[in-house]
Amino acid sequence: MALDTTDVEKIAHLARLGIDPADIPEYARNLSDILAFIEQLNAVDTAGVEPLAHPLDATQRLRADEVTETVDRENFQQCAPQTGAGLYLVPKVIE
Amino acid sequence: MNWETVIGLEIHAQLKTRSKIFSGAATRYGAEPNTQACAVDLGLPGVLPVLNAEVVRMAAKFGLATHSTIAPRSVFARKNYFYPDLPKGYQISQYELPIVHGGYLDIEPDGSASKRIGITRAHLEEDAGKSLHEDFQDMTGIDLNRAGTPLLEIVSEPDLRSAQEAVAYMKKIHVLVRYLDICDGNMQEGSFRCDANISVRRQGAEEFGTRAEIKNINSFRFVEQAINYEVERQIAVIESGGAVVQETRLFDPDRHETRPMRSKEEANDYRYFPDPDLLPVEIDQDFLDAVAATLPELPEARKQRFMDEFSLSAGDAGGLTASRDQADYFEATVAASGGQGKLSANWVMGELAGALNKAGVDITAGPVSAADLGGLLRRIEDGTISGKIAKQVFHDMFNGAGSADTIIEQQGLKQISDAAAIGGIVRDVLENNPQQLEQYRNGQTRLLGYFVGQVMQATQGKANPKQVNELLRKLLDS
Amino acid sequence: MHRKTLTQLAKGLRTGEFSSVELTRGCLQRVQQFDERLNCFITVTGEQALAQAQAADARLQAGEAAPLTGIPFAHKDIFCTHGVKTSCGSKMLDNFIAPYDATVTQNLNAAGAVMIGKTNMDEFAMGSSNETSFYGPVNNPWDLQRVPGGSSGGSAAAVAARLVPASTGTDTGGSIRQPTALCGITGLKPTYGRVSRYGMIAFASSLDQGGPFARSAEDAAVMLGAMAGFDPRDSTSIERPVDDYLSGLEYSLEGLKVGLPKEFLGEGLDSSVADTVAAALGEIEKLGATLVDISLPNTSLAVPTYYVVAPAECSSNLSRMDGVRFGYRASDPRDLEDLYKRSRGEGFGAEVKRRIMIGTYALSAGYYDAYYLKAQQARRLIREDFLKAFATVDVIMGPTAPTPAFRLGEKADDPVTMYLSDIYTIAVNLAGLPGLSVPAGLAGGLPVGLQMIGNYFEEARLLNVAHRFQQATDWHEQTPPGFD
Repeated sequence: MALDTTDVEKIAHLARLGIDPADIPEYARNLSDILAFIEQLNAVDTAGVEPLAHPLDATQRLRADEVTETVDRENFQQCAPQTGAGLYLVPKVIE
Repeated sequence: MNWETVIGLEIHAQLKTRSKIFSGAATRYGAEPNTQACAVDLGLPGVLPVLNAEVVRMAAKFGLATHSTIAPRSVFARKNYFYPDLPKGYQISQYELPIVHGGYLDIEPDGSASKRIGITRAHLEEDAGKSLHEDFQDMTGIDLNRAGTPLLEIVSEPDLRSAQEAVAYMKKIHVLVRYLDICDGNMQEGSFRCDANISVRRQGAEEFGTRAEIKNINSFRFVEQAINYEVERQIAVIESGGAVVQETRLFDPDRHETRPMRSKEEANDYRYFPDPDLLPVEIDQDFLDAVAATLPELPEARKQRFMDEFSLSAGDAGGLTASRDQADYFEATVAASGGQGKLSANWVMGELAGALNKAGVDITAGPVSAADLGGLLRRIEDGTISGKIAKQVFHDMFNGAGSADTIIEQQGLKQISDAAAIGGIVRDVLENNPQQLEQYRNGQTRLLGYFVGQVMQATQGKANPKQVNELLRKLLDS
Repeated sequence: MHRKTLTQLAKGLRTGEFSSVELTRGCLQRVQQFDERLNCFITVTGEQALAQAQAADARLQAGEAAPLTGIPFAHKDIFCTHGVKTSCGSKMLDNFIAPYDATVTQNLNAAGAVMIGKTNMDEFAMGSSNETSFYGPVNNPWDLQRVPGGSSGGSAAAVAARLVPASTGTDTGGSIRQPTALCGITGLKPTYGRVSRYGMIAFASSLDQGGPFARSAEDAAVMLGAMAGFDPRDSTSIERPVDDYLSGLEYSLEGLKVGLPKEFLGEGLDSSVADTVAAALGEIEKLGATLVDISLPNTSLAVPTYYVVAPAECSSNLSRMDGVRFGYRASDPRDLEDLYKRSRGEGFGAEVKRRIMIGTYALSAGYYDAYYLKAQQARRLIREDFLKAFATVDVIMGPTAPTPAFRLGEKADDPVTMYLSDIYTIAVNLAGLPGLSVPAGLAGGLPVGLQMIGNYFEEARLLNVAHRFQQATDWHEQTPPGFD
């Protein structure tokens, strides 16, 4: 599957990655090579094979409904780019 | 040309657990911003989710109460999109294998014929945080306290055909989740939210029309208004030659109209895939049996039992079972009153409801307990006081004056039932009102009421009305 | 002291031959002396290390020694360390001071280990050469013009150069075992779920596992014992007691059946590596094992499968790096879109962006079945191959990497060529099995690794086989020239 610049732009947008337009052709080439490599999988017959989402056959453990965390907001927000009145700040979003 | 409305509702009920669905942070409403968002809720690098057992039980309860299938194996999936109140850049939800599916709820939209509304599925997911747009210049503030609160998303089949049906369904779900004690149903606080999928089609058409989704409606009234507006809007669009656009819209409660939501303008590719940090949830019969054992008597069954056991009308039984707390209170009152179903029903829905409403107090927090009210009703039943006096007594009880017996004693409100005493007063009244007596004897039998009134006045309302009536008639008609 | 193994050092500390402070100072000195050429460390936590060493000495004096009390180690910069920069090799987290400790960090602290610093790595663990790091490449101590392998290049090189006796790494497609082989040391990737992933910044959630680097199987056994354990904070962590990895080290290998997959000896395998590994297998035979030819027929699917599953999972895992709550934020964002795109565009390197895009594509509408679902089906086939094999053999062996360390820049231009460096290791992650690598010889003066793959939770057996092999050979005692 060969990807062109429009494809790369769409994918980059979905992933919110800002890519310099000058770099897009190289990304398109690299991604196409990788996809061509991945497409070796198409040669395999996997009809009726159950997908393996986890290496183990384990099931989800449940935890008791208890409050076990006391939040130190200062601690968590010391690594935040911008806060105000305890809130994380981002450029205004219009609904 | 007749139009048909097709509506499906997606209700998000916040499950009332102590801690979040995937972390041990508290879920209490109203905390200072970001003081209930732990590392897991903040989506910091390296954190991982662990599932709260109680949410599984609550979802299973809902499934059992709506005749649904509870999946023996269900899977959490990531719904990927970018928004500042979604810290991980994905919401942990359920996609292909939800925990509950294939149930139904019967509604009576106009009080009469029953209609079955399918429940396609109910799945578990985490809530996002909140955005505050007002307080900061050119910035939006994000509070992640709500991030990670468990939600049960309940999706109906597109079986609803009118705003009225939609509201009836929504109300029934609202009653049910509170009965099951899985959600507090507080719409102002956002614990119960509704999205409506609305489309129109020509009567008789087979296919559904293009639908619009109206998001985050938080009251029954708004649901009705939103649907009505949207239906008219869509019809107008089609009739003027246009086509309805599939889009997400917001309901504006001030203008009573819907408008497109800017941030959802583009169709989102959510790239769902099973969350690799979580394992499949397996539920066996033992688990379900344990949950079933905790189910309360459901609203439908309780309503029917009230009708049968207490000879109540459907209307009264329905009214009493609208809230589990109220139904509990009613039954406790009946027991305390010595088994008086109808009388208890009248008082709970009448005097009590009125007083609680006026005081702005919930039935569980009212000053008059069911035992106390039952005690009061006993005194009516055994003739100690009249119904009219009882209302006075109740008023005093509500204001903290004590039990019925205490008040009756203190204020000397005991009904006068002594035949001789009443007889004396009745004869006095007749003697002192010769004109009216004459008029009565001449045919104005309505004056009976006047004489009764005079006896009551003379006894400060304490004379046993039945006896007064009987005696008066006896004397007047003799 | 840098010549002693961890086991020897632990003994010396307990007998009072030297103190942890002395030992720690020694390591810090060597780091100062050599790291400029190697670039193993992103952060050196000298002060904190000495404080930890002092506390360790106090415990040693009080007779309260735990297995790692006072032992210095280097920690891959993928593990969160409270109050200490945790960059994951990326500009995106260059300013991130972790507000909490990873469980592995807590475990090592509790075991008394002394953290010398955080090691360099491929950005977000994506790479096989440690050339994608924001902090520059790591140079292989055996030849400074060559790569140490990746993604845990810094941790592997630090042990190889005897800067520290042990270090930690993570392995998603070979990121412990491959640098282990290229650097001539011993390293182990445990069974999936053996070591907690809480606080270990996620690359591919269903593949990542943390594990130790050391200079011998015995040393690795001590480290693994401290790192491993059930963690209630990790839903994928397995509730199973940690084995005593030391008690069975000496078991005889008599009767051990060793499977040699014929698919591991095909195209792409350097002949000098093939020869070195063959000789090493001869030693295994001498120890009493029987070599059995086996087949893992779906081996050729492993790398393509991995390059769907891993990017898909990481594309989602890295969405949280958005400039909002932590990490790099682009300056003066015009609006929210701009904030996201520029923060992520500027914060992530090219390889990370490539993998995010592959993953996004593989999961996107219309492609999910063809890529992701298909890959997960292939994954089950790969796992079945191993389970079938383990019905007839006890351990599977082969070369860890197809070539010795390659030159810096040699494969950096072609992603697919780089991906094939992991050809022997990737299938093991897909199946979730444990695997280790031990030095098996030198080819052209460069280390060659022998990989040993075990059945689920057979780390003790793997360490036993590796230990016996190391008792009969001395490749693991070789030091890169200039670093002894």
